Amino acid sequence: MLTKEDILILLEEVKDPEIPVLSLVDLGVITGVEVSDKNHVTVNMTPTFAGCPAMDYMKKDVELTLEKHGISNHTVNMTFDKPWDSNKLTERGRKHLKEFGLAPPPKYDLILDLDILEHVKCPYCESENTTMRTPFGPTLCRSMHYCNNCKQMFEQFKPL
Amino acid sequence: MNELAIKDLLYKLADDQLILGHRNSEWTGFGPILEEDIAFSSMAQDKIGHSLAFYTLLHELGEAEPDTVAFTRNANQFHNNQLVELPNGEYDFSLIRHFLYDNAEIIRFEMLSQSSYEPIAKVAMKLKGEVKYHVLHANTWIKNLGTSTEEALIRLQSSLNEALPYALGMFEKSTYEQELINAGVYAGEEAVKSEWLKRIQAVLEKTELRLPDLKSKEPKLGGRYGEHTEHLQPLLDEMAEVFKIDPTAEW
Repeated sequence: MLTKEDILILLEEVKDPEIPVLSLVDLGVITGVEVSDKNHVTVNMTPTFAGCPAMDYMKKDVELTLEKHGISNHTVNMTFDKPWDSNKLTERGRKHLKEFGLAPPPKYDLILDLDILEHVKCPYCESENTTMRTPFGPTLCRSMHYCNNCKQMFEQFKPL
Repeated sequence: MNELAIKDLLYKLADDQLILGHRNSEWTGFGPILEEDIAFSSMAQDKIGHSLAFYTLLHELGEAEPDTVAFTRNANQFHNNQLVELPNGEYDFSLIRHFLYDNAEIIRFEMLSQSSYEPIAKVAMKLKGEVKYHVLHANTWIKNLGTSTEEALIRLQSSLNEALPYALGMFEKSTYEQELINAGVYAGEEAVKSEWLKRIQAVLEKTELRLPDLKSKEPKLGGRYGEHTEHLQPLLDEMAEVFKIDPTAEW
C-alpha cells in the first residue's frame, strides 16, 4: 500500500528543467498528493508563472516518474486551486538555488512590494549593494541584477 | 448567474491578452536594446499564458478547445478592445500602450480576485502577481523617458495623445454590465476606469508628460462587440498561419 510520503519521495527525483538542482517538491509546485483506497494516485500541481512553457514538461515528467516506479493508476492535475507564490519555495530549495548562482526570492509577509527588488542580496558575495537591471530575464521566473560590490551580473528567482 | 454574461467577461479578458501578447511578440528580435527585446518577449509569453488560463475556463463552460478558439475565429468574433490590436508603431507607441493597458489590467485582476465567481477569482488572484512586473516595467520606463530628452518627450506625448481614445475604449461596457455588478462577479468598467485614471495620473505627474483633456477625446468603442480596426484581421491571419496548415498536428 502506497502512502502520500512514498509519492513525495519519488517526486524528489523530478527537477525543474531550467534549474536542474531544484526538485518540484522544493519549488513548491506540488500542491497535493492523495492515494485512494484502491491505490489510485492523484498529484495536484500548480504553475509558477501561468505562461511558463516548462509546466507541461514538468507535468509529463511527474507522470513518467510515477510510471517508472510502477504506478500506472494515476491522475496528474494542473490547477490554480492553491496558487503558487515564491514563499512556497522550501529552505532546501533556496539553498540549492543559491549554490546554482541564482539569488533566492526574498520572503515577504502577505503583500509583496516590488521595491524589495532594488536591493537583492548578491548570491556570490552577499552584498546588498545591488541594482535591478530588468525585471525580465532569460526565463519568466528570473530578473536580472548587477552587484556593485563584486561587479557581476546575477539573476534572481523572482518573488511572486 | 447567467452563463452568457460570464462567457462574455471571459472572452474580453482572454482576447485582450492574446492579441496584446501577439503584438508584444513582434518585438522579439527588434527591441531597441537587448533588455527591452527580452522584456517584451517575456510579457508576450506571460500574456499568452494568461489568455490560455481564461480560454481554459471558457472550455470548462462548454466552449471549444483553447487553440480552436484562439486560432479559428475571424476578427468580428473577437472581443478585445481596439487599443491592443493597433500595430506596434515605434517603441514610444508600444511603451505608451503597454503603460495604459497594463495599469488597467492589474486593476481588473485585483477586482476580479474578489469575484463571487470562484473560477475567475482563482485565476485573477494568481495573475495579478505576475502583472505587477508588467506594471513595474511600464512605469519605470515612463518615469525615466518622460523626464529625459526633448525627442523622447515629443514622441511619448504624441503617442499618448494618439493612444488615449483607444485606451478609453478599454472600458466599453458589456451588455451584461449591471448583471455582473449586481451578482458581485465584477466591479464593472466605471470602477476600473476611475481607479486607472488615478494610477496613471500619479505616474505621469512624475514626468513632463501630460494627460490630454479626456473630454476632448472620443473613446474608440466597438471592440467588445466585434467591431475592429483594419489591423486585427491581418494579425489573426499571421498568428494562425502555422496552425491552419494542419489543425490536427501534435506539437
